[in-house]
Amino acid sequence: MCGATEGGLSLDGVNVAKEAIVQGQVLRDGEPVGNAYVRLLDGSGEFTAEVPTSASGHFRFFAGEGEWTLRTLAPKSDPVDRQVKAAVGSVAEVTVTL
Amino acid sequence: MTRENSLVSTQWVEDNLGADGVVFIEVDEDTTAYDKGHIKGAIKLDWTTDLQDQVRRDFVSKDQFSALLSERGVANDDTVVLYGGNNNWFAAYAYWYFKLYGHSDVKLMDGGRKKWELDSRELTDEVPSRAATTYSASEQDTSIRAFRDDAVAAIGVSNLIDVRSPDEYAGRLLAPAHLPQEQSQRAGHVPTSLNVPWSKNCNDDGTFKSDEDLKALYAEVGIDDSKDTIALCRIGERSSLTWFVLKELLGHQNVKNYDGSWTEYGSLVGVPIALGDEPGDA
Repeated sequence: MCGATEGGLSLDGVNVAKEAIVQGQVLRDGEPVGNAYVRLLDGSGEFTAEVPTSASGHFRFFAGEGEWTLRTLAPKSDPVDRQVKAAVGSVAEVTVTL
Repeated sequence: MTRENSLVSTQWVEDNLGADGVVFIEVDEDTTAYDKGHIKGAIKLDWTTDLQDQVRRDFVSKDQFSALLSERGVANDDTVVLYGGNNNWFAAYAYWYFKLYGHSDVKLMDGGRKKWELDSRELTDEVPSRAATTYSASEQDTSIRAFRDDAVAAIGVSNLIDVRSPDEYAGRLLAPAHLPQEQSQRAGHVPTSLNVPWSKNCNDDGTFKSDEDLKALYAEVGIDDSKDTIALCRIGERSSLTWFVLKELLGHQNVKNYDGSWTEYGSLVGVPIALGDEPGDA
C-alpha cells in the first residue's frame, strides 16, 4: 500500500500544505515490522484511527493540529505508546521501536 | 439476537476451518489485505467493487448480490463468518449488508483480522476455489436501513448516534485520520445526534467489550431505549459496527444504519448542521 523511500514514506500525490501528517515506521531489533497495528489517539486518549503497517513497517495518518498518541500493537509485544505533535503543512516522522 | 448467535471467537474459527456449511469471508477497508494473507479457506469480498454499484451511489441490487454469492460459492443455508481489519469495521458493514439481503445465519469473528494476527494464528496466500451455488437474496429489509429523509425526521425525535471520532463530530476533521481530509461536504454533525465513537465498543485487541460495559456506554450518553435509533458515521461502515452492537448484541429494537451518513447529509442543501462538541438543538 505504501512504497518505502529513504527517510520515510513517499508523499507523492499528497497535498502536504493542507494536511497535518503523522507517519513513520515500526521496528523490532532494527527490522521493519509488517504485521503491526498503529492507532492514533487524540488528546483525551480517544481512538481516532488505526492502520496496519505496510510490509516495510510504515504507517501514515492525516491528523489535525495538536498533540496525539500513537499506540502500536504487534504480536508478541506489549503495546507501545509514543507522543507526537501534528501541524498542518508539516510531516511528523516517528520511529516506533518494539 | 445475542452474542452467542452473532459472534464467534478466533478459537472457534480455528476449530472450524474446513467445516461443511461454514464460509469464512474477509472484508477489509484495505482491499489488498486479503491478497497478502488470509485465514485458510476464506474468500474475499471487495466492498468497493463487489458491494457497491459501480455507477450511481448505492448498493448492488438483489439480483447482483444473488449472482455475486452464487459465483463465490455461498449458499443460502451456509453459516457466513465475516472478519476484517480495523476492529471488523468493514466486516460489520458486510454483516449488516448480508442481513439487509436476508441471509439468515451470519456471524462476526470477534476481534477480526487483528485479533487473529495478534494471536499469531496462521495466514495463507492460497486462494480456495468453491463450487458455484444458486444463491437467492431477499428484498432489502429496510427496517434496518435509514435514508436521508429518515435522518432529517429523526432530529430531536429519535436517537441519532454519530459514531465518528470526536474531532469529526465537532467538525474539526472531515474524515477518519488515516484518510486525506480534503472533502466537498460541510463539517459538523446532525443536530441532537449523540457522539459515541464506534471504537468505544471495542477493546484494544478489536474484540467487543462485555454486554455490561456496552450497556453502560449507551446509558451514559442518554440513549432512550423507548425510541427508534439511527446510527451514522461518514460512509456507513463504522456505524454498521454500532448497529451490530445495539441490535445484535444488546437487542435494541428498531435500529437502522444510515449508509448515506455524513458524506450525504453534509452535502444536502438546507439541512441543519451543528458544530462543536455539543449535540445542539432541534
